[in-house]
Amino acid sequence: MSRKTLRKLFSNFMLFVSFLTAAYGIFWLFWILGSLFINGFKYLSPGLVYLDPTPPGEEGGGLRPAFVGHLIITSLATIMGVPMGIMAGIYFAEYGRNSKFFMTLRQITDIMVSTPSILMGAVVYAVMVRPVGHFNGFSGAVALAILMLPVIAITTDEMLKLVPKELREAAYALGAYKWQVIKDVVMRAAKVGIMTGVILGVARIAGETAPLLFTSFNNNVLTFDLRDPMASLTVTMFNYVMGPYHYWHQQAWAAAFILTMAVLLLSILAKVLLHRNLLEPLFYIVRSITGKKGG
Amino acid sequence: MVETQTALKTRMEVKNLNFYYGSNQALKNINMPIYDRKVTALIGPSGCGKTTLLRCFNRMHDLYTANRYEGEILLDGESIFGMDIIDLRSRVGMVFQKPTPFPMSIFDNVAFGLRLKGIKGTELKDRVEKALNGAALWDEVKDRLKDSAFSLSGGQQQRLCIARAIAVEPEVLLFDEPTSALDPISTAKIEELIVELKRKITIVIVTHNMQQAARISDYTGFMYLGELIEFNPTEKIFTKPDEKLTEDYVTGRFG
Repeated sequence: MSRKTLRKLFSNFMLFVSFLTAAYGIFWLFWILGSLFINGFKYLSPGLVYLDPTPPGEEGGGLRPAFVGHLIITSLATIMGVPMGIMAGIYFAEYGRNSKFFMTLRQITDIMVSTPSILMGAVVYAVMVRPVGHFNGFSGAVALAILMLPVIAITTDEMLKLVPKELREAAYALGAYKWQVIKDVVMRAAKVGIMTGVILGVARIAGETAPLLFTSFNNNVLTFDLRDPMASLTVTMFNYVMGPYHYWHQQAWAAAFILTMAVLLLSILAKVLLHRNLLEPLFYIVRSITGKKGG
Repeated sequence: MVETQTALKTRMEVKNLNFYYGSNQALKNINMPIYDRKVTALIGPSGCGKTTLLRCFNRMHDLYTANRYEGEILLDGESIFGMDIIDLRSRVGMVFQKPTPFPMSIFDNVAFGLRLKGIKGTELKDRVEKALNGAALWDEVKDRLKDSAFSLSGGQQQRLCIARAIAVEPEVLLFDEPTSALDPISTAKIEELIVELKRKITIVIVTHNMQQAARISDYTGFMYLGELIEFNPTEKIFTKPDEKLTEDYVTGRFG
């Protein structure tokens, strides 16, 4: 066999192996999504959202406290985490570039993205649950906010770095101060990219259980008081799946289905934002400055 | 064409200027005047330091660390290195190689510098219109001022950037190869505009197109390897330069 044929064979072999590994991953993903869809869809009912849980063992009821609690905790976490994350990202991209200290911090932020989320729960437990002596909804929101912080900070940083330096220079050349350049020109150019980061960050925390186990915990009664333990869909699902009753399992399936759909919708929204022409201004600037042609 | 004038006023003056990117010396002992309301062109082969010199005039190098100036640049007799950088940049404007419209409307682009100075209301509108007129763009955009600046063609975008720069009424306007990304028709329009603008504004233009320098400039500086080899009226540079090196360059023997 000639050398060329060997190389061709080897190339095809490697391609086949790569295909197999990709197919392996995708197979399990679809398996999970498929069984979730089949089981979850079967047990969906409007009462799941607006009924309170029945006493254990008594069929029926719904997960109203969990739906409300989940919404409160994630919204609060978003309100706290998003501005902080964006501002941290701005600092990394615009001010900390030449500082060893902040670049180290940036590396740590990278690592924080993949920190096991239960660690955040444990830390917040020590700081906000132990001292007051009982679980509370607010600490859950804080744990989730910390969890989304690095995701948003890093996306913001990356998006701001995409803004070409020529655009900044043009603003400086008109006699703008640094904060004006960032606020009026750079942030505007990166707006949609940052929005995408925010949506991905929210999607990331919406499905978390571990950080809530030690913080907001669970509650069978509907509550709006952030000082009380607060139910969330994820923790409720965790408890119901571990529980002995068949209807609990069914409700957990349905809740899992709704939550997954919500996260899926958020991710799709992020993708649409990225790919519909909304990012066009930024890409246009990049193209016109790098001089590359193309749609 | 410039021999006849009397009493040239010097708007800016470069004195013994050295410039370093870190430890790398990019400009070596530059001395030259920038005459009031004239077009001064800087020419030379790639890497000769012409853009570096241009970016000294509004201290654009200050944005990055490890850049160092030595020597002096005077604006109306005052050292630019002692000046407030925001003041300096509103007195010495700049237009870049590629059009750099901001991600906002045509109107807001031109209003950007004016708003920084606190100009509002009807005065803002008037100044924007005046600037767009000055950049020969008003007639093309007057009905679509609210449209995104990206909806304009490349040549229009570059004229928009010129409008944005002249809106704040600078004394000196720096052009860094303003037509190198444009087609010949847009280039001709920008060149006309530059000649028109010099009635009010002092202009320094970096160009790697010698014909362009010959067409629009009154004075030309030829740079090579970080040194200013020759500074003379443009006509002299292109007909009988003092230096052999200049002659070799303008006749296309190297570069």
